Amino acid sequence: MATWIPESASRNALTTFGLGRTGVLAAIAREPVALAGLLMVVAYAAIALGVGFLPLRDPLQISSDRLAAPTAAFPFGTDALVRDLFSRVLFGARLSMQVAVFSVAAATLVGSVLGLVSGYLGGIADLVIGRVMDVFFAFPAILLALGIVAALGPDPKNVIIAIAVVYTPIFMRVVRGPVLALKARDFVEAARAIGATQARIVVRHIVPNLLSTLIVQVSLALSWAVLTEGALSFLGLSAQPPAPSWGVMLNEGRQYLEFATHLAVFPGLAIMVAVLGFNLLGDGLRDALDPQRR
Amino acid sequence: MSRYLAQRLVGAIPTLVGVSLLTFLFIRLLPGDAIAARLGTSTALSPEQLASLRAYFGLDQPLHLQYWSWLTSLFRGDAGYSIRTGRPVLVEIAERLPATLELAAAAAVIAVAIGIPLGLLSAIRRGSRLDVVARVGGLIGLSLPSFWLGTLIIVLFSLYLRWLPNTGGYVDFVRDPLANLKLLLLPAITLGLALAAATMRMTRSAMLDVLGADYVRTARAKGLRPAVVLRRHVLKNGLIVVVTLLGIQVGQLLGGAVVVEEIFSVPGVGRMLLTAIVQRDYALVQGGVLAIAILFVALNIFVDLLYGYLDPRIRLA
Repeated sequence: MATWIPESASRNALTTFGLGRTGVLAAIAREPVALAGLLMVVAYAAIALGVGFLPLRDPLQISSDRLAAPTAAFPFGTDALVRDLFSRVLFGARLSMQVAVFSVAAATLVGSVLGLVSGYLGGIADLVIGRVMDVFFAFPAILLALGIVAALGPDPKNVIIAIAVVYTPIFMRVVRGPVLALKARDFVEAARAIGATQARIVVRHIVPNLLSTLIVQVSLALSWAVLTEGALSFLGLSAQPPAPSWGVMLNEGRQYLEFATHLAVFPGLAIMVAVLGFNLLGDGLRDALDPQRR
Repeated sequence: MSRYLAQRLVGAIPTLVGVSLLTFLFIRLLPGDAIAARLGTSTALSPEQLASLRAYFGLDQPLHLQYWSWLTSLFRGDAGYSIRTGRPVLVEIAERLPATLELAAAAAVIAVAIGIPLGLLSAIRRGSRLDVVARVGGLIGLSLPSFWLGTLIIVLFSLYLRWLPNTGGYVDFVRDPLANLKLLLLPAITLGLALAAATMRMTRSAMLDVLGADYVRTARAKGLRPAVVLRRHVLKNGLIVVVTLLGIQVGQLLGGAVVVEEIFSVPGVGRMLLTAIVQRDYALVQGGVLAIAILFVALNIFVDLLYGYLDPRIRLA
């Protein structure tokens, strides 16, 4: 991803998240693609957070009609163990979102701090951090995640660690580039000239200018995290049956493809909608916030 | 150019050392004792027996010595033995590598064949209906989980249309080229579609950048036919960017192959890895991860060289 820096001075950048003309929400409203993405993401988050309060059957409860096709009573049909697939798919959002949010939050935090240290301090810190991160870049992303989960054991908690480890170097690079450029800008020079401390320069002048770059990257990282959690649970390396997890449901459904295609359709569709939402949002935000692309 | 090559190769050494260290640590991170893991259970062994086994495998040594002896054995061509089959890890990997490489290569070909023409058309006819369809299709392609796409493809082509067998597998290309390609087609499409979408987006954006450049306006202003402008000025410069970005992504196919091999029962390194993980065959896991990582690093060096060749500014900088 190309790194770019918003042209605003740091005072304006502090209003990045406001509703003003330059705010993120205003930018989303201007961009239909971002708006569509935001709606999908909000729906996904609302289901993940509120699924416990919905009048649904227990996702583990056994009903009467095995492998039934979708009906009014069972909108997504039932699975091989006669559980309500609609309820299972909605509950699947919860696990998917937990893994995605925690892993990306950890990667954002650690990666950004490493990127700040590396870019702002330079020298030996930059060299060491850069070399260590290069090692993580030397593995295909999904393979690295797979290796970590294989070592730690198949469990959603370990999937969170794995995705965080894969994404930390990416956030480090995404932050380091703009920090290098910002460090040389006039307003940072001016802050230094009037005697601002290093900490103040970083917190008040550098970090606010990184936020719009970061928010785009976070959105794209979340899409990858949902995909990867799905893939790892499909391969049996995340949540274990009977947990309502999208990947597990798809894998279980594979055995019954010939008589119950619906088992293969709905969990996959759920993953795709969540991933597409984050992709649309990230893409739209990048277009909306990047003055060069506007 | 040879100096540039030497620089890239030397630059890869610390990375490879790091990769070997991390792969070595994967196994040491494992919960429980590696011996118990190798034997499946530790209950039948007395503490004395366990200790002598630990000494036999060198596990009583300090970590850095263990790493050193593992590394030196690797250089002698000894990556240990699979506990399941008892065969050398390198032989197990070498047997399965062709299937994985062929799958990744075929997926890359599909991605380029779909992505570049579509991206180019989309950029030239910016804002047209084709452009909108291509962009939406690109985003959907990026968001499709390969394990879902693969499942749907099996449902459609094998179960409903009955065009292709759903058993999957692999046939040596030299032995039966037609059967090889027939089995390769669906997995390659599954693996390649996301990259095709990414390639289309990269091509579109690179071409739009070039189409807006001053030298393209000059070429048009001096009266060159649009086809000539496109071929000589737009394509050549735009594709440099695409090649680089594509190179970075192609390596990721080696990781994606793990998932696709599992769905289509392709006996490649990825499927071997998954089986080895389930069976706790750690020497094989270690070997498989290391093999793919080394290939990945080699591929990245190749892409760097290609970029240096296409764009002299890079290698002279």
